[in-house]
Amino acid sequence: MAHPLQRQAEIVELSPVGAYHRLVLRAEGIAERVLPGHVVAVAVGGPDSSTLMRRAFFVHRADPDEQTLEIVFSEQGRGTRELADVRVGGTLDIVAPLGNAFPVPNGPVSALLVAGGHGSVPLFGLADLIRDQGGSVGFILGAPDAGRLFGVDRAKELTPDVLVTTEDGSYGIRGHVTLPLAEAMKAIGAGVVYASGPLPVLRAVSETATSLDVRCFTAVEETMACGVGICGVGTCMACVLPVVGDDGVSRFARSCVEGPCFDGSRVRWDDIGTVPPDVEGAAAMDLSATGAY
Amino acid sequence: MTDATTFVAPLDAGSVDMTAPFGGGGTLPNPVTTASGCAGYGRELAKFQPLAELGSITTRTITPQPRSGRATPRMAETPSGLLNGIGLPGVGIGHFVENELSWLAERGARVVVSIAGERVDEFAECAQQLSNSPAVVGLEVNLACPDADNQGLAFAGNPATAHDVIQAVREVADPALPVYAKLSPDVASITDIAKACVRAGADGLSMINTPLGMVIDTDTLRPRLSTTTGGLSGPAIRPVAVRCVYEVHAAMRAGEITTVPITGMGGIRTGLDALEFVLAGASGVAVGTAVFHDPGAPLRVLAELREALAARGFAKLTDAVGHAHP
Repeated sequence: MAHPLQRQAEIVELSPVGAYHRLVLRAEGIAERVLPGHVVAVAVGGPDSSTLMRRAFFVHRADPDEQTLEIVFSEQGRGTRELADVRVGGTLDIVAPLGNAFPVPNGPVSALLVAGGHGSVPLFGLADLIRDQGGSVGFILGAPDAGRLFGVDRAKELTPDVLVTTEDGSYGIRGHVTLPLAEAMKAIGAGVVYASGPLPVLRAVSETATSLDVRCFTAVEETMACGVGICGVGTCMACVLPVVGDDGVSRFARSCVEGPCFDGSRVRWDDIGTVPPDVEGAAAMDLSATGAY
Repeated sequence: MTDATTFVAPLDAGSVDMTAPFGGGGTLPNPVTTASGCAGYGRELAKFQPLAELGSITTRTITPQPRSGRATPRMAETPSGLLNGIGLPGVGIGHFVENELSWLAERGARVVVSIAGERVDEFAECAQQLSNSPAVVGLEVNLACPDADNQGLAFAGNPATAHDVIQAVREVADPALPVYAKLSPDVASITDIAKACVRAGADGLSMINTPLGMVIDTDTLRPRLSTTTGGLSGPAIRPVAVRCVYEVHAAMRAGEITTVPITGMGGIRTGLDALEFVLAGASGVAVGTAVFHDPGAPLRVLAELREALAARGFAKLTDAVGHAHP
């Protein structure tokens, strides 16, 4: 994982983008360390805040020349409501970069990038990286409605291969983001699929890609960044999900340290929210007990 | 006319002697440690501060066998606090001794190892395996675990069960290692539990473990944690923790309990928070949940406590211990 730094970041810009907020932060020495898929953990409300957990966000853009990081977030709870209210010129305590970035092949590849809602945030930097290696990208961007899509114009600047889905049909194809998935994979001859967004999207994309024998990398957002908040350090152990290791043994992996980018075929999507009996250390658990034990 | 304000000559912070009494007659270079469960095994925290500069690091509770921890959701944010049902995930004592302790030793950390089990002999097994281990300076016995032989009630809830665990650990533990009993506030009389632990041979007390709490999700209409209830931590519980330390220290001053050092914890976020615990009677302080907000908090709290002692004219940390008592 990346070696995170803690910084008092200057708030450079806060502006609305569709249903979301765009926040630009300036902090020394961080932008050059950030890769697509990395996370920044933001402390909300200053040193006396009654909101103790950091909020974790994918980095949208990192500009080493300007020393800036850009995040895009939706107001979902106490923490993000406070963040939507910060003043330009003030500071925020951040820890970044966190976690493991998207693995990228070191040669040309045709990649399909799939996102639900503003899960697309880390995918544009990823697209740049893939194109820099001589590869090409296609996008499927989905959301409940047109207002909650993010980055459609940016995707269209990068490639003509952009499909958009909305559940209410207010933009593009009516349906879930996974509806045109198999067809799109075939159309661009996808050698790899990257997905980011809510768990049901990641699970469906992983299943489809795996069944077509195509590598799939997923960036988990819900276990970490959906206003639940995490420590952003890796010690609180709250953001875990069951993942199969290289040795074939399943373990609870932390989204903020071992993730947020996981090989989709290794995540036990159906078992999230449970203690699978074969996960390492499950035998010692008395699952009928309540409380902290 | 009397003035309630006491005027003291402030001292230079650098001159304050932060040497902290530690159980068994020993000392640590300073009173600050991490609260068990909030600092992992140190690897993550080491990225934000040199572990050797802390008085000690208290590691996540370790048990004889590896534990996966509980199902998610494991944590809920509460006003100025956190409710957790993490479930003591851990690698098991064997792996811990082999891999984690050696890593900590290489960094010069002084380690207090938090141990637990579901039966008295499981606590003892952990203690035994920690004899002659590098870097270990003490054991902290997490008595908040359910006692499998007593209907799953916490060892910490009853003077007799707390006594038996501490006695068993003290019997087999390396005599050079002080044994601390970590007490829960969810009891009728914390001084009764403290007394039983000290009588059983505890060299120190850690106070407090998390009180039990609960959050219900008003959208799903169900408990927020998979474990239904969980342990509450953070500044929300600080007054409860300060009260517990004060009561037990008062009982020691009154001669009802043999005096042993107390490590105070529960919502410490600043040096002044730590000072409250010291004034109540703690000679050690642990930073826990604050780490999740500010990973550099332990060393910051140490610096702030030093400043706060100097500003109040205390030349030594020990001069302030229990100062709030009449």
